[in-house]
Amino acid sequence: MNTPTLPRYKVLRDADACINCGVCVRECSHHVHQVNQKTGALVARHGQCVNCQRCVLFCPTTALAIDRWPQVDSGSANWTLKTMQDIAKQADTGAVLLASMGNPQDYPIYWDHLLLNASQVTNPSIDPLREPMETRVFLGSRPDLLKINEREQRVLTQMPPQVKLDVPIMFSAMSFGSISLNAQKALALAAKELGTFFNTGEGGLHQDLESYGDHAVVQVASGRFGVDPHYLNTGSMIEIKIGQGAKPGIGGHLPGEKINAEVSRTRMIPEGTDAISPAPHHDIYSIEDLRQLIFSLKEATLYRKPIAVKIAAVHNVSAIASGVARAGADVIVIDGFRGGTGAAPLRIRDSVGIPIEFALAAVDQRLRDEGIRPKVSLVVGGSIRNSADAVRAIALGADAVSIASAALIAMGCRQCQDCSSGLCNWGIATQRPELTSRLDPEAQAERIINLVRGWNLEIKEMMGGMGINAIDSLRGNRLMLRGIGLSDKEREILGVKCAGE
Amino acid sequence: MIPTHLREGNTRIPSGCAIAGIMDRTGTCHDGTDILRSIALMHDRGNGLGGGFAAYGIYPEYKDLYAFHIMYESREARAATEEYLDTYFMSEKQERIPTEPVASIKNPPDIWRYFVAPHPMRLNMSGLDEAEYTMQHVFHINGKIDGAFVASSGKDMGAFKGVGYPEDIGEFYRITDYKAWAWTAHGRFPTNTPGWWGGAHPFTLLNWSIVHNGEISSYDANRRYVEQFGYDCELQTDTEVITYLFDLLARRHGFSQEMAAHIMTATSWDDIDRMDPEQAAFETTLRICYASALVNGPFSVILGSDEGLLALNDRLKLRALMVGEKGPMTYFASEQAAIEIVCPDAENIRSIEGGVPFVVQLDSVAERKRNESAENRPAKEKPYHHETGVLPRKRKEA
Repeated sequence: MNTPTLPRYKVLRDADACINCGVCVRECSHHVHQVNQKTGALVARHGQCVNCQRCVLFCPTTALAIDRWPQVDSGSANWTLKTMQDIAKQADTGAVLLASMGNPQDYPIYWDHLLLNASQVTNPSIDPLREPMETRVFLGSRPDLLKINEREQRVLTQMPPQVKLDVPIMFSAMSFGSISLNAQKALALAAKELGTFFNTGEGGLHQDLESYGDHAVVQVASGRFGVDPHYLNTGSMIEIKIGQGAKPGIGGHLPGEKINAEVSRTRMIPEGTDAISPAPHHDIYSIEDLRQLIFSLKEATLYRKPIAVKIAAVHNVSAIASGVARAGADVIVIDGFRGGTGAAPLRIRDSVGIPIEFALAAVDQRLRDEGIRPKVSLVVGGSIRNSADAVRAIALGADAVSIASAALIAMGCRQCQDCSSGLCNWGIATQRPELTSRLDPEAQAERIINLVRGWNLEIKEMMGGMGINAIDSLRGNRLMLRGIGLSDKEREILGVKCAGE
Repeated sequence: MIPTHLREGNTRIPSGCAIAGIMDRTGTCHDGTDILRSIALMHDRGNGLGGGFAAYGIYPEYKDLYAFHIMYESREARAATEEYLDTYFMSEKQERIPTEPVASIKNPPDIWRYFVAPHPMRLNMSGLDEAEYTMQHVFHINGKIDGAFVASSGKDMGAFKGVGYPEDIGEFYRITDYKAWAWTAHGRFPTNTPGWWGGAHPFTLLNWSIVHNGEISSYDANRRYVEQFGYDCELQTDTEVITYLFDLLARRHGFSQEMAAHIMTATSWDDIDRMDPEQAAFETTLRICYASALVNGPFSVILGSDEGLLALNDRLKLRALMVGEKGPMTYFASEQAAIEIVCPDAENIRSIEGGVPFVVQLDSVAERKRNESAENRPAKEKPYHHETGVLPRKRKEA
């Protein structure tokens, strides 16, 4: 028997402002707004609302607002309303609770405890409007030393393959299937314009996006969806996905109702079947197996593409990263516990993994201690919220950062965490044509380009303030950071001094 | 007495400075009079908290031996260091460096010099080449023996440095008694320390000496890069990390000094994008491979070595450095007046361009280099001199 549950949100309608135009009814895929057939008045089914704010932002008279459901809880700090709602839901269904996007819990955000440096007197700050300010980054493995002919200006060493980023920001993996083709196309368009990369996730590369191969990272994950030699050779870099920050140790499950004809063709699976990604790769049960997959992919692409390995930030991440570097990866991508997802078990999203700040600091230091840092490039993601987070990440030791949630927010996402329902009113996390058509790839690409360009300008300003005119000199430059409100142990792991030191 | 936690090595100290250099490419040696006058003119660029000189060609009678200049703060430090040297080196000669009392120089350390060769057996057992072996032991003395500091450790060269204005330090060490084919000098303006003798400049390592004016903003990126290759940045100074970068690139990786300097002040991406594809590919590869060796922020340096002098400015030319020539002589100084006071009719006086190394080599070195391969040969690929020279040649299997 299902017990009645309280709604999470309450839709507030200003009756004086409302003109009964019906926009809210048409915009809401959750059918929250309904016309009362008898009275003609607009009424709300509060229980359906996920707070995606589509109606609020599209209401021509700003008559709508969403509030938390006003019911007081028992007063217990332990048995909060949310905790009891979760229990009720599981008592009803006997199932695993599902959630979306990144870990929303109130864990410390270490970016906010790291302050940046600026020059005064002894070292002039550099004005990015007057002087060249370089943010170009290459990802790939570097030899320990280079052999050259100085007179002929010729390199004799065979360089491992590299990819070039004009901005130190790329887009994290989001598959076609978890997001709409229009959303992925917006990312591809933006990546091309910005001189950076989008990532196919494990959904394959749709034929409409093959022309963006020069700006695509193609992923090989445990389900191997959409993987064939053509796919591997179309991308510029290949990413083996071992884990994801939102759900380390867990595979993926795209339900059959989302596998329409297009998704089916791109993923190379029958229409309407569930797309199940196993938790591990069933050909990787150990590090030496990973090495074999890395070299299989290198063979398949004639050693012309860098191979990245994406791992989730977990407790032993530095030893794992060291093993991955020694297994032959050219790039290591680390995803922090705040990284988003289309769907993850709630308890896992909220409880597993560690902050990216710690994982990055530990991995960079470990690779340096072992003298193998030049062998790999480091890319980190998992809630990079703004340009200052990117600067902090690079100063801790990252070569580049990747963003996904921020790019989705630029396209309209309100972080309502309801991606798994497939009812995304913003046309992002859905395959319903009436919803995906709401997202204009060109217009949204423009917004993403604006966002990244804005961040890049800010990065240049911050670098200039530090007296640095190339991002190479910021990478791993932890003296440019000072900790505030951190314990000695936290600062030790982050490798930063205390403010005032 | 300076609290030790404020010394170089325990804290990071930005400084401004005056630098100067004089070289005779023919290898003819000159006494320290000119360099002293040149650096003294730039008195106001230092604040009396550090001065020093490096000189090349001063010990011709011991030119095959490493000349260690070591400063001691106590008898115990000297005893411990000499015991250590006796273990790992063979000393041909050791003596106190002659000094002159100068009113303004207070509490100088006890300063000695040793002419040594690596202990042959221990060198063989170490698996290192001679330079690497010597470097590791210099690191050990500086890092592990309290109160001892190796001021220089090259062959046929030496550093004379301390706390004071450079002209007083020069008088204290009687540098006019030495004759060298290359001199460099430094007057220091540290901003937050009382100064320490070991922390004065030039900074040296093996045959390298560096005088430097500036504060590099890439310090920690460079430090964490070179530390991967076994360089301990004990002093936490810019000069130290720049020296290690030169040692890594020029000695270990085998690049010419000019190429090492080019890597440290890499061509801008804007310029690379305008180059023809082959040239651009070459420069791009250098930048990718040695991204962390890029030195950023304002600096001007004069690098001394057994090859000659090399002057280098940061890419944006944020620090002053002038050069002038007269016959076989080349003069460098932070200020033009400091060149003209010792060579009023110097020619081609100009400023060193940002990111473009200015190289002066001994004529004999230039001649040798002309006939060498233009391909860099990393140190680890060269046969060890002590093995090829001492041990019987390995027999090829018949």
